[in-house]
Amino acid sequence: MAKKIQKKLTAWEIVQLARHAERPNITAYCEAMCDDFIELHGDRLFGDDRGLIGGFATIGGERVVLIGHRKGSNVEENIDANFGMASPEGYRKAMRLMALAEKYKLPVVSLVDTPGAYPGAEAEANGQAEAIAHNLEFMARLKTPIIVVVCGEGGSGGALGIAVGDRILMLENAVYSVISPEGCASILWRDGSQAPLAAETLKITAEHLLELGIIDTIISEPAGGAHKKPTVAVASVKKAILKELAELRKLALGDLIEKRYQKFAAMGRF
Amino acid sequence: MAWFESPAQEPLRVPTAALWVVCPKCNSYVAKAEWAAACKVCPKCDHHARLNCRERVQLLTDTDTFEEINANVSVNDPLKFKDASGSYAAKSKATIQKTGLGEAILTGTCAIEGSAVVLCVMDFAFMGGSLGSGTGERILLAAEKAVSLHRPLIIVSASGGARMHEGIVSLMQMAKTCAAIAKVKEAGLPYFSILTDPTTGGVSASYAMIGDLNIAEPKALIGFAGRRVIEQTIKQDLPDDFQTAEYTMAHGFIDHIVPRKEMKAFLAKILRYAGF
Repeated sequence: MAKKIQKKLTAWEIVQLARHAERPNITAYCEAMCDDFIELHGDRLFGDDRGLIGGFATIGGERVVLIGHRKGSNVEENIDANFGMASPEGYRKAMRLMALAEKYKLPVVSLVDTPGAYPGAEAEANGQAEAIAHNLEFMARLKTPIIVVVCGEGGSGGALGIAVGDRILMLENAVYSVISPEGCASILWRDGSQAPLAAETLKITAEHLLELGIIDTIISEPAGGAHKKPTVAVASVKKAILKELAELRKLALGDLIEKRYQKFAAMGRF
Repeated sequence: MAWFESPAQEPLRVPTAALWVVCPKCNSYVAKAEWAAACKVCPKCDHHARLNCRERVQLLTDTDTFEEINANVSVNDPLKFKDASGSYAAKSKATIQKTGLGEAILTGTCAIEGSAVVLCVMDFAFMGGSLGSGTGERILLAAEKAVSLHRPLIIVSASGGARMHEGIVSLMQMAKTCAAIAKVKEAGLPYFSILTDPTTGGVSASYAMIGDLNIAEPKALIGFAGRRVIEQTIKQDLPDDFQTAEYTMAHGFIDHIVPRKEMKAFLAKILRYAGF
């Protein structure tokens, strides 16, 4: 019954769930999903972004490098994390940690939850575009498995900057889009209040993205959304990650990387 | 009848469009022949006006060496997208008819002062040079061609960014093109990115920024987020030179700014340094 109700959610309602303040965030995942998490700071060039964090983590006995956007759990943390809008130093830190993952032969788990990369003057000056672009290139050839989980908001280039991988998983009520529904509505409809329509038209829900071949698996959420039963939601994510990890470990490195290439090459080939 | 009501005034004689071009930047009148000879660079203010992809190819390549590839790859409509002004299918069809192009990028093989390369040139007139799935596919195939022919890859960008009408599929072209370019580099081949006005959004945050060398035209707009969005975010006005090629170079992301007329010779030179 609950499942049936869930099916009836509109894209716009799903956007609200994806952005819900109590939705499990990276801190919740680190606490509930990881036996151990050692945060590693800094890009070694400029600073330490608080909107994109990472470190060594152990998930169900598996050692990995975990990276992900951080939105924060209260107003103070929200501000510290810049609401999950990462800066160039965040993307460069992520790249540094992924290079470590390759060196130590650890898989990468990337948790995506951002409204988008930070559109600030300093971010521009420090090369937001270059930082994201470089990650896309680097992740395409990284010699270790990469599992991406879109947990909440997959906001455009800011999400993609840590979302190139061998498996792209997505929570049932997460969204992933080239532009926010509000942004799209104000440009193409010249009316921000058309956001619900834009959300529908852009096909940003897990169900649509699975159909389009962008994601591999949908992780179900408790009825009403992940925030209703966070422990259950986090456990489902953990289980899904471990399942994919076991599959990916069977592949030779060369095959893994070629398959990753073919996966993205096939996107938009009709 | 008051003077302001008089309808019978002879209109001011303005230079006719047949003979003159108005510089979009400084509004100077430039003789058409002079404008063409200068490759659409204003002799008064040095404004580099936008070129279409055919003009750009002519500017950069040896005569009659350009052979188009991937012409059969065209626009896709994965979302069956419709907005307030109509369907993407209709809009893209009209654009194809108007521009004579199949996508926002022209790809091909050619020679630059005798060096054989694979060249991709974006066209802003095709839906703002937006990155559609056809654009991404053409770039990927061109990159694969560069690897199979063992030739350098050069991409000239002119784009507002992702193509919203293709939603997430457009976003994925950023990852797809960067993966293809990573393979070019892995094969030890040069990849040069030329950023022209404008190179922003998803294009600047993918293939345009990862050249072995990033080369820009003077004053080209280069950036990730739009100026208005940034001003709204930080609640202050930005300096005039914000996100210009010069600004981007001063911050370390562009190797060299090259005037349009010198671009071909510059490319030939760096191709030699790269061993081609």
